[in-house]
Amino acid sequence: MSPLAPRLKAALALFLLMALVPPVVTALGDPFLTVVANRMLVFAIAALSLDLILGYGAMVSFGHAAYLGFGAYAVALGARWGLSDLLAQILLGMAMSAGFALVTGAISLRTKGVYFIMITLAFAQMAYFFFVAQSSLGGDDGVALQARSSLLGVSLEGDMALYYVTLGALMTIYAGLYRLTGSRFGRVLKGTRENALRMQAMGYRPFPYQLVAYVIAACLCSVAGVLLANLTEYVSPAYMGWHRSGELIVMLVFGGIGTLTGAVAGALVAVGLEEVLAIFSDHWRLGFGLVLVLVVLFSPDGLTGLAKRLGIGGRGNG
Amino acid sequence: MTNLFLLQLLNGAQFGILLFLVAAGLTLVFGIMDFINLAHGVLYMVGAYLMATFAGLTDSFWLGLMLALPATLIFGLVLEFLVFRRLYDRSHLDQVLATFGLILMLSEGVRILWGSAPLNVDMPELLSGSVPLAGPLKYPVYRIAVIAAGLASAVGLWALINHTRVGMLLRAGASNRPMVAALGVDISRLFMLVFAFGAMLAGFAGAIVAPILSVDPGMGESILILTFVVIVIGGVGSIRGAFLAAILVGVVDTVGRTFGPIWLRMVMDPSAAAQTGRMLAPMLVYLLMAAVLFWSPTGLFGRKGAK
Amino acid sequence: MNRTKLTAALMLSAAMAPAAHAETLKIGILTTTSGPPAVLGEHARDGALLAAEQLGMVGGMETEIFVVDAEGKPDVAAQKARELVERDGVQFVIGPIFSNVMGAIAGPITESAFLLSPNAGPSVYAGENCHPNLFGVAYQNDQMPTVLAKHMNDTGIGDAFILAPNYQAGQDSLNGFKSVFEGTVTSELYVPLGQLDYSAELAQIAALQPSAVYAFLPGGMGVNFVKQYDQAGLKSIPLMTAFTVDETTLPAEQDAAVGMLSGTNWSPSLDVPASLAFVEAFEAKYDYVPALYAAGGYDSMMLIDSAVKAVGNVTDMDALRAALEAADFSSVRGDFSFSSNHFPVQNFYLAEAVKREDGKYQTQIVETVYEAYADAYVDQCKM
Repeated sequence: MSPLAPRLKAALALFLLMALVPPVVTALGDPFLTVVANRMLVFAIAALSLDLILGYGAMVSFGHAAYLGFGAYAVALGARWGLSDLLAQILLGMAMSAGFALVTGAISLRTKGVYFIMITLAFAQMAYFFFVAQSSLGGDDGVALQARSSLLGVSLEGDMALYYVTLGALMTIYAGLYRLTGSRFGRVLKGTRENALRMQAMGYRPFPYQLVAYVIAACLCSVAGVLLANLTEYVSPAYMGWHRSGELIVMLVFGGIGTLTGAVAGALVAVGLEEVLAIFSDHWRLGFGLVLVLVVLFSPDGLTGLAKRLGIGGRGNG
Repeated sequence: MTNLFLLQLLNGAQFGILLFLVAAGLTLVFGIMDFINLAHGVLYMVGAYLMATFAGLTDSFWLGLMLALPATLIFGLVLEFLVFRRLYDRSHLDQVLATFGLILMLSEGVRILWGSAPLNVDMPELLSGSVPLAGPLKYPVYRIAVIAAGLASAVGLWALINHTRVGMLLRAGASNRPMVAALGVDISRLFMLVFAFGAMLAGFAGAIVAPILSVDPGMGESILILTFVVIVIGGVGSIRGAFLAAILVGVVDTVGRTFGPIWLRMVMDPSAAAQTGRMLAPMLVYLLMAAVLFWSPTGLFGRKGAK
Repeated sequence: MNRTKLTAALMLSAAMAPAAHAETLKIGILTTTSGPPAVLGEHARDGALLAAEQLGMVGGMETEIFVVDAEGKPDVAAQKARELVERDGVQFVIGPIFSNVMGAIAGPITESAFLLSPNAGPSVYAGENCHPNLFGVAYQNDQMPTVLAKHMNDTGIGDAFILAPNYQAGQDSLNGFKSVFEGTVTSELYVPLGQLDYSAELAQIAALQPSAVYAFLPGGMGVNFVKQYDQAGLKSIPLMTAFTVDETTLPAEQDAAVGMLSGTNWSPSLDVPASLAFVEAFEAKYDYVPALYAAGGYDSMMLIDSAVKAVGNVTDMDALRAALEAADFSSVRGDFSFSSNHFPVQNFYLAEAVKREDGKYQTQIVETVYEAYADAYVDQCKM
């Protein structure tokens, strides 16, 4: 751990940079960019949670956005039941996500590779259509929130407050996952990724480790969902469609898998890039797609690989 | 009621064959080259757009089809040369990322070239009638032609892979690439051909369905997931599996959608049955896939221990 | 004109950040103009921009227009909406197209600006969630199906087969139809959103042989359904639709749709001077036939123009609201006024799909079904 691993340094630099965004953009006279940056942070949390299972456990979930949705609906349901505290809503979101992830994860883990990709998609689509069918929650039209949540009695109506809460959540989750992936649990997970048979020979049953990781990732992703709902003050099944799950994979692979820092960087850059390109043309998808293709062709391991070759931290963790 | 049930069974099988037609190229590329090509859906879309253009220019369905096929083949070769050949040895995730990028580029490119409004392809005069079926229902001749095209693709692919020298090389190349290369076979050229052929199959499907479905910039995405469902249920790499799975998906979706609410009404009160039926209808194919993978984790005909 | 928003480049834009000129009229156009369902948004945007171009100075003031893509994603739209209001300081927003985007943007925009919808008019925003700053310029969603239900009543059609996709707007549409239809509904079907193949539904229609079919299947679903309906030889049973056969889908439906009836509040054939001039200018500029969404966008811009001209500034919200409510502009729909819930009172027509002499397709008004028709939610709106 000491001296600081390059990827940890890179992550700290990113967090510091993001921490400076609100005062800087306010000083520059465009405080609204805080909201834009907040969206980047929310997706960084989601991508980070996916990295635990995809990067460290080689479980490519194509249904991860479902948990973004569970988190968002926890806010809508919480508001309806008088739960306006962010922590209470996070707990609710995590409970829903954990329950769903436990059952579907146990079934999904019977499969591997592309079959795992598709069965996770199947379960996420079922969750999606479940919420589309809930007329009391607006169905497909979604439901607008009357107000943002509060945190321990402090309102998050201010964009600045929500921003720093999001950044705090991101940093906490990063730190937690950094510890977790470095622990014995994380090493077993990585060992299973590299060679499941050898791990079994050593006396580890991969299944419980993988399932626990799957549930943890789901719970952490639901935190992003709670924050996304607060940011947009709106909850919709569109948050959990397969497009979103695909976008999460794209952000993560774009940044580089299995380093945690890559997940954060991938989400920040991908969301930021979409934002910038959309300013210039309706046809921004063309440019965005081109960037993705070029990154794959010329920079294996995504942005992390690029950074490594340029000699600025972010060493992959095997 | 029984008549209608049989009819819906037929409709389901028919929809399944249509799905197989689209999935055929994907099975080939996915199964043999172990390559996840998310851009298969947009190749299908490009085929439909080229068909719309050529059929419009020549004022003939058949000439349009004859021009659209080589055009998608060339398009596939160009893509293979520029992008895909650099991805064969890469991880599935890199393939997913790059082909996702291609989806964005090609969908947007189609919008720039052809606009956002949907296009029309007229049905050929020869196939535009309908034949009377039970009672007042008529069955469009064109649908029969689609079924024939789907069956021909299935048989052709099966014969190609199992009973030709090229097919043998492909199967060998799929299981041990360096060994086949060491035996003096130009494996990269072989893969290039397979890929281009897969692209042409996608384009063929797009061109064939253009008269029944809307030709619009979203058509590739709406079918992409369904085709993946089909090959995964069937088991990656199995043409036979993909064919049976396509029919299974078509039948479960069609029959479940129409008869599900009726069956539900036997066990619950009508309004609850209607409500549940509506919620379950779009989930049917996913329930089917989850169930199949639960009992058989590598699909119906997948290799045991396959990746 | 398209990208006055370039000033908003993500970073280092401080030097250029626009100071709030109180006396510049700023209008945002927020519709979905990218991705597969872009065509409706393009109609609305092009209609609004055409009006702005014809007016030169909208409202007689220096005008800045911000064209923004909602991307069809509610969360993105919510952010863009706040961006328009809080950063760009727009006083008016024209948008959105889709109901699920409406929910996401209505809150942030109506806090400090006026929202004029060129298409989406979900019932909640006409009823309990109506807002002083929200104007449904086009219609309330449920009105279209009632046009066809009334037409069926008037022509003595005693039974109908009805279908829609299974989502909120689909349910609203069928409920709207049933609220007016006096005959029996032989079957009420919900199909999954985005369904491709309709053989199963067509078989049921053929088996039941209803006197008429009512369908609400927007976009690509409608194209697929209409083509397959024609191919199954069912055209002897009249198919009447809402948002299924219009100028956005006719380029693909073509002859399959010719003769089919739909309910509408506007069609390019409408014999109103303002409308005929609009259609001519629109086709000359964009080279495609405008649909009702384009008319909604055009009218929204004209409405803003009339209100700002009447008030003379863009800061007096109360005066502007009163001027918008007055709707003192020459609408392409002819007679036009707002109910107390800010949704229109206007005529509704039965339109037939026709092939024009130049080979293009459009809808053509057959008869007026409702005159000065207000929606059913006015009483629920407490503003």
